[in-house]
Amino acid sequence: MPQAVIETTNLTKKYDAFTAVEGLNLRIEEGEIFGFLGPNGAGKTTTILMLLGLTEPFSGTAQVCGYNPTREPLKVKRIVGYLPEKVGFYEDLTASQNLKYTAELNRLDMKEAEPRIADLLATVGLSEVADHEVRTFSRGMKQRLGVADILIKEPKLAFLDEPTSSIDPAGIDDILNIIAKMAKRGITIIFCSHQLPQVQKICTRVGILAKGHLVADGPIDRLGRQTSGGGRYRIEVQIGQPSYKLIEFLKGIKGVVDVTGSLDSLLVTCDTDLRSQIAKTIIDSGSSLLGMKIEEYSLDKIYKKYFRED
Amino acid sequence: MYAVFRKELADHLNSKRFVILFILALLAAILAIYVATQNIRSVVTADTEFVFLKIFTISGETLPSFLFFISLFIPIIAIALGFDTISSERVSGNLSRLLSQPIYRDAVINGKFLAGLAVLAIIIVSLVAIVSGLGLRIIGVPPNSEEVLRLIVFVVISIIYGAFWMALSVLFSVFFNRGATAMLSSIGLWIFFAFFMSMIAGAIANVRVPVDSNSTVEMIVQNAQIAGGIARISPSTLYGEAITALLVPELGSLNPVMMWIAIQTAGRMLTPLPFGQSLLLVWPQLVSIIAIAAICFAVSYIRFMREEIRAT
Repeated sequence: MPQAVIETTNLTKKYDAFTAVEGLNLRIEEGEIFGFLGPNGAGKTTTILMLLGLTEPFSGTAQVCGYNPTREPLKVKRIVGYLPEKVGFYEDLTASQNLKYTAELNRLDMKEAEPRIADLLATVGLSEVADHEVRTFSRGMKQRLGVADILIKEPKLAFLDEPTSSIDPAGIDDILNIIAKMAKRGITIIFCSHQLPQVQKICTRVGILAKGHLVADGPIDRLGRQTSGGGRYRIEVQIGQPSYKLIEFLKGIKGVVDVTGSLDSLLVTCDTDLRSQIAKTIIDSGSSLLGMKIEEYSLDKIYKKYFRED
Repeated sequence: MYAVFRKELADHLNSKRFVILFILALLAAILAIYVATQNIRSVVTADTEFVFLKIFTISGETLPSFLFFISLFIPIIAIALGFDTISSERVSGNLSRLLSQPIYRDAVINGKFLAGLAVLAIIIVSLVAIVSGLGLRIIGVPPNSEEVLRLIVFVVISIIYGAFWMALSVLFSVFFNRGATAMLSSIGLWIFFAFFMSMIAGAIANVRVPVDSNSTVEMIVQNAQIAGGIARISPSTLYGEAITALLVPELGSLNPVMMWIAIQTAGRMLTPLPFGQSLLLVWPQLVSIIAIAAICFAVSYIRFMREEIRAT
């Protein structure tokens, strides 16, 4: 079993009468890109703040790389990067001066930090404006600078809170590419967003938070099966020269629950991924297989499903 | 903390705010020098012991002295440097990024406070140095060792007084998110302390012990004591008394009426107090200023340390 980077047990946060997060049990493993979803006010940011030790939990515990963020915040902050939702920089300083300050706060050796800063600015595509004051930057440039800012300390883990909000589509693609690069460096990423297509594009696993509760947790395709197919796989097949017996043959495969549709286009519902058996059956029956598609689940559907239940 | 201090200091020194404040203070210093050189001949006699200190304390017929200028400027400079210490970080979105770095939270507030204080100290020291230098050049009388000592203590007290106003404005910057609110609150308090407090003190004293042309000396003294006691709630009064006693060694008492009576009975200016005695005279004032500065900073420190970073 891979090492858990984040593990929380019954993590709860209350502000006076309002409960922001309740009984959160979350486990995130090394190398994951975890999509943390939920509407505004669901408790995503509060969870992150607790994991960073910026806010104390009301009850329950959290472990980040084996450290307790409340007791050992500095150890956690040394290995964790946090890109806040509305990231800000010192407007009067240049991009590289801002990064240099972060390097200083992390007590990095300046001789090593300077080439790294230039390197990171190149990674996020800001080399040309490295010596421009941040006040001249667009929202998207600031977000990219924010990504460079958290990479300076070479974190094991990065929290990205809505990194793509209020950025134009080209900027969003840039950010997503950079995040994918970060993941390749072996950084575990927690990506908070409600831009579902983006999450689907890069995340290996998602967790959906609603009113402080984790209502769903798992890889996107599994969540999709749970929500729309009752946990089953649905496979669509296009058939040439269909025969009437084919439906019977298909129903006879062990694990197939139902076969519906017209003769040349069938929808097979089954308990496991039976694509190879289905293909074999069709061809053995003398028909030709023109196409086969396993139903994909859009995160959009999954997400809406969870919030319709409220 | 050193990284925060260095960065904030560099920011201050590069800021337009610093340049404006410095030019303003410089103009005041030059004006004060002008006043002093115009009037110094009428004040200094053959047996005046502390000629050099007179540069700082002489006022003209219409123009006030350097002491007046500096007691006016220190709060303004301190407030201008401190009023957005924390709120600017919060508003710009820097605070959560800064606090997610591996530094102790108090490093932020300590570093920023000390950087502001360092800038304030730079301004005060340069002003005193400029006035001393110009004064030396114009009147040509070098300061004696006691005058130098008194000036050094004066600078130290001024920095501590500035620390109080800075702590106060940092306090407001922790409590208020908007820089403008923090600035107005600080300035409002300053105006109250600097201008209204003495009026209120006088009014209360006059109610308690009315003074008119028939009043006895005891009543006048009592009236002045009540007024002085109330006015000393204000840090401006404390500072004013402290620097006057330091730079006007002839002042044997902080109560103006007592002084007047003493001069009347002696029939001449009093002999100056020795340095140690002057220091003893201002000691309570000094301790009080340090105490209120410490309280202000402690409150903002505790508040900032306990503040929860909340999701927005």
